[in-house]
Amino acid sequence: MSLRSPLATARGLGSAKSGTHHWWLQRVTAIALVPLVIWFVISLIVHAGASYEEARAWIGSPLPGVILICLIIAAFHHAQLGLQVVIEDYIHAEPCKIAALLIVKGGAFFVGLLGVFSVARIAFGG
Amino acid sequence: MASAERPLSPHLQVYRPQWTSILSISHRATGVALVAGAVVLVWWLAAAAGSPEYYESFQGIAGSILGLLALFVWTLCLMYHLCNGLRHMMWDSGRWLELEQARKSGQHVVISAAVLTVVCWIAAFVAM
Repeated sequence: MSLRSPLATARGLGSAKSGTHHWWLQRVTAIALVPLVIWFVISLIVHAGASYEEARAWIGSPLPGVILICLIIAAFHHAQLGLQVVIEDYIHAEPCKIAALLIVKGGAFFVGLLGVFSVARIAFGG
Repeated sequence: MASAERPLSPHLQVYRPQWTSILSISHRATGVALVAGAVVLVWWLAAAAGSPEYYESFQGIAGSILGLLALFVWTLCLMYHLCNGLRHMMWDSGRWLELEQARKSGQHVVISAAVLTVVCWIAAFVAM
């Protein structure tokens, strides 16, 4: 027996009002990160000891550049989702919690964007 | 929040460590450590997008004893979080949920993470 109204069941948003959205996005980014991370680690090994020019040539070429941007976006999205849960679990004072969440969300957005911009700058010859 | 004096669960002082509980908190700890690793990745990209001098200084820090140690620890964290993340995906699909399977798969994750880390570093030094 369910105590939820039929409408609430149909919406499926639960007590957190956002349903499984957070949980699901964490899984989606995790699945994306599996091949991206494996590619990245192998690439780093292959390019171990690369010079400044060699590193730039690799980062700036189309396929590695685009995959790197995908990696940055997926990684920082996954990171801020994970850090959000850690903060919500351990910080209980509401003002501190909101401040920490804003710092983490804003920081992830900023650093992620910095990474994407850096790859783009190398690729477009800045 | 009602009262800050209320007991927290689990009672860490009396809670017997188990494979599953230790590996669970390790997943969270390595995830947090990897955030720092991701920031350093962006630092590397920003250095490469900057000047040869900036890149040189990054290489100097990354190539120092402390830098290499940090990179090694991050590799271990990455491999652990990756392997244990795959274990989480198996759980999400409804598999490996029995206690014995959870313990066994956890041990496999630890061994895999250690082996993959060592293999990566040997391969990197061979490639250099």
